[in-house]
Amino acid sequence: MTVFQTWDMDFALEHLPELLDAFVQFTLVATVLGSILAAVLGLLFAIIRRVRVPVLAPVVTVIVEFVRSTPIPIQLFFVFYGFPTIPGIGFNISAMTAGVLVLGVHYACYYAEVYRAGIESVPKGQWEACTALSIAPRYQWQRVVLPQAIRNVLPSLGNYVISMFKETPFLYVIGVTEMVTVAVTQIGGDAFRYTEVVTLAGLIFLAASYPAAVAMRKLEMRLGHA
Amino acid sequence: MATPETTTAYETTGARASGEPMIRFEEVLKKFGDLTVLENLDFDVAPGERVTLIGPSGSGKTTILRLLMTLETLTGGHIWVDGEPLWHMPKGDKLVPANEKYLRQVRKKIGMVFQQFNLFPNMTVLENVTEAPIRVLGKSRDEANEKGKELLERVGLEAKYEAHPSQLSGGQQQRVAIARALAMEPRVLLLDEVTAALDPELVAGVLNLLREIAETTDITMLIVTHEMHFARDVSHKVMMFDHGQVVEHGPPDKIFTDPDHDRTKAFLHAVIEER
Ligand SMILES: Nc1ncnc2c1ncn2[C@@H]1O[C@H](COP(=O)(O)OP(=O)(O)OP(=O)(O)O)[C@@H](O)[C@H]1O
Ligand SMILES: [Mg+2]
Repeated sequence: MTVFQTWDMDFALEHLPELLDAFVQFTLVATVLGSILAAVLGLLFAIIRRVRVPVLAPVVTVIVEFVRSTPIPIQLFFVFYGFPTIPGIGFNISAMTAGVLVLGVHYACYYAEVYRAGIESVPKGQWEACTALSIAPRYQWQRVVLPQAIRNVLPSLGNYVISMFKETPFLYVIGVTEMVTVAVTQIGGDAFRYTEVVTLAGLIFLAASYPAAVAMRKLEMRLGHA
Repeated sequence: MATPETTTAYETTGARASGEPMIRFEEVLKKFGDLTVLENLDFDVAPGERVTLIGPSGSGKTTILRLLMTLETLTGGHIWVDGEPLWHMPKGDKLVPANEKYLRQVRKKIGMVFQQFNLFPNMTVLENVTEAPIRVLGKSRDEANEKGKELLERVGLEAKYEAHPSQLSGGQQQRVAIARALAMEPRVLLLDEVTAALDPELVAGVLNLLREIAETTDITMLIVTHEMHFARDVSHKVMMFDHGQVVEHGPPDKIFTDPDHDRTKAFLHAVIEER
């Protein structure tokens, strides 16, 4: 493959819709669903560890350690090819489902840390005020602690969404036809021209993540000065 | 100011015909690790009585209030609130350590106002005052709002229902905190140096509000303050602490003008010098 070819504008424009299509259908959808899963699961992990729920807390610790010490492609392989073969509990899942699950659980482990920091940033006096008002633990979390904790860590959560977004090309290893796969193996492979489509894919990533990163920095500054 | 029917702190049974004291400390022991903060502490507070705790820094005043609010755990002895054991629950004819649910039930009778206000910054002023009545007392939102507005009006904040705590002065925040505590209709109100974090010009307003509440309600109050004029005005009894022990106690006129103990004299002298 020769990377440095002359730029063919027609070829680029011709394939732009295919790239955008794959971008929306797989890259964006995987990021959105993965982030939602990560946000919910991460919160559960953080609360389970903070409250030290028996049995569950050590399980979460094991999951977190496992996820954080293995690379995403291995986890994708394991879930997509390995999980269906487990006797008794395994069943077939689509590549996209496996991808969303892995990204979601993977990032849940990082989100859990972020939430933990957020929960710790809520002053002790807030908990004490809840006790003094006899507010039940459920409402202490729901109405007092989490709204403040999440607000404090919103920028960090947002930055992890951006970083998950940039890791969606890994879904390639289990055959999800996300944008980079389409660019490299489908369009590029068929025409033996890579420059335009790979550049376009890069630009699309840049166009989406750069403004998001700037927005997060702004949010961080606003919250910091609040 | 009316004197309650009893100021006898140490008699073991309430002097009132109706019986029990509102608060009773019985051989209370509190340790932080190896540090013994309260030891063998006994005292009673009658219903409706307002008691000011004075004493040098570190003598255990805050610890007493925090034990009552269940913000610290009791190391030994018993605390009774309105006839019920606070840290223990009856099981058969024995007392066993209280569980969380029981604790929550008993401490509903107690409210606390903190030095640092501890308002909920994510809620409006009105929400701060209505949150617990809705979630804990099960009031409807309308009912809680109505009562909340009434209380906020009483503390002089009728124009600030929709404001957030960060938009208020320290004095206003503390008024909201007082309204928030009163909204739970406590039998006992604990006030721990509630004006200590305020700018000097805001102190008088908050103290006057507390004077007004003292005059118009029969809430039992335990007050920790360095505002000796205020203590003299509102309290039926002053208890002087040192090293987790009651040095002496009596009506404010007696303690402030003619205390029996040298330690009380020295302490009062130091406090007055400071001002
Ligand atoms: N959480 C804690 N851990 C360890 N020691 C503590 C803790 N809280 C209080 N103490 C100690 O207990 C003692 C009594 O403290 P407390 O706050 O009750 O005193 P205080 O009478 O309220 O003093 P001040 O007038 O300074 O507020 C002090 O020696 C203090 O250092
Ligand atoms: Mg104190």
